[in-house]
Amino acid sequence: MSDEEDIVLSELADDELVQQMHDDLYDGLKEEIEEGTNILLERGWQPYNILTQALVEGMRIVGEDFRDGILFVPEVLLSANAMKAGMFILRPLLAETGAPTLGTMVIGTVKGDIHDIGKNLVGMMMEGAGFEVFNIGINNPVENFLEAIEQHKPDIIGMSALLTTTMPYMKVVIDTLIEKGMRDDFVVLVGGAPLNEEFGKAIGADSYCRDAAVAVETAKDFMKRKHNQMSASA
Amino acid sequence: MELAPSETHDFKRGQGSVLLIACGALAREIIQLIELNNWQHLDVACLPAKLHNTPEQIPEAVREKIRTNRDKYNRIYVLYADCGTGGLLDKVLEEEGDVERIPGPHCYSFFAGNDVFEARAEDDMRAFFLTDYLCRHFDKLVWEGFGLDRHPDMPSFVFGNYEKVVFLAQTKDEALERQAAEIAHRLGLAYEYRFTGMGDLASYMATAK
Repeated sequence: MSDEEDIVLSELADDELVQQMHDDLYDGLKEEIEEGTNILLERGWQPYNILTQALVEGMRIVGEDFRDGILFVPEVLLSANAMKAGMFILRPLLAETGAPTLGTMVIGTVKGDIHDIGKNLVGMMMEGAGFEVFNIGINNPVENFLEAIEQHKPDIIGMSALLTTTMPYMKVVIDTLIEKGMRDDFVVLVGGAPLNEEFGKAIGADSYCRDAAVAVETAKDFMKRKHNQMSASA
Repeated sequence: MELAPSETHDFKRGQGSVLLIACGALAREIIQLIELNNWQHLDVACLPAKLHNTPEQIPEAVREKIRTNRDKYNRIYVLYADCGTGGLLDKVLEEEGDVERIPGPHCYSFFAGNDVFEARAEDDMRAFFLTDYLCRHFDKLVWEGFGLDRHPDMPSFVFGNYEKVVFLAQTKDEALERQAAEIAHRLGLAYEYRFTGMGDLASYMATAK
């Protein structure tokens, strides 16, 4: 999607600029995304519209190409990093304008594991899709998850592990939630390179998510179901 | 494990009654052990080492090798640890029946010795491990494989949480040691050298009969 010609973002019409921002996200161009975001704000765009039409839509394309094996992790990381830069500008404005969120997620890598590329990618993609995300980092014992749950009251808990030796710790977290009678209060999503659907089921997670794009779609589905259940019981 | 040669054995594929299905990253060490120990009953079939980067493909690739070779050998052993398959490799071996694998979560562990590796797990949580093979092929498998060569920001994304490179050396090789130290320097990490020799690989292969 790269274009050899120099493009002056400020000279583009709104629809061309949004299209260009999709391309820049695809190419992981952080500074261009910051510039595009600021231009749209200066033109009076609502932060929520910039988020959904320029950033989320751009990341949707990235997510699809990642799922289809056209883009690889490094490229997606750069795209997500560019989106993060745009989000950094928009986040305080979104809070001020009371933009809607799809739900809240606490996400972390489990105890003994320092790997966070996939987890951060999920966090950024979820944020881009309209979730409020609290990323509690790496090497989290169950106490950290409980503390974050208490503090942020999430709808979704995401756990990540890259190692065969650390992935069983996810069951420790889920079993603790069961012991405390809290398990059914949350949707638990798990992911990481050595995981699979069977493992997700065996430890009592709601779903195993193969990649960040799947995580976003799964989270949206669960939130839709939750809202439908709430409407039905209202 | 006595590694001194008893008599010369020049390994050639297609001989032997026991097959070792192995990761290509171990080929050099496996053949070295076969020749040093004169294990003429062992044959080797390797899968591409690049599966290291896509472990989800390992179980079915191993299954295919088992099925292709089942009738040609008295017994088959798998020289893959779990290697990031999350138990799926074990499931395949159970389904195929009568094929076992070397114990351990990955080759770093069985080269170091599974017990030793486990005992140091907490101290080594922030270690990025190299073996002789990974040291030799770091640029192709890791530097290019993760796109670190194309994107200057990428090393900090990928290695930001690591503190040290630990070179688990199978052989005493000064050139490899220099290479490992250079990799650590390139990644901005501390460097530690540990000579492991062949670790549990040698003792496991000795049981393959």
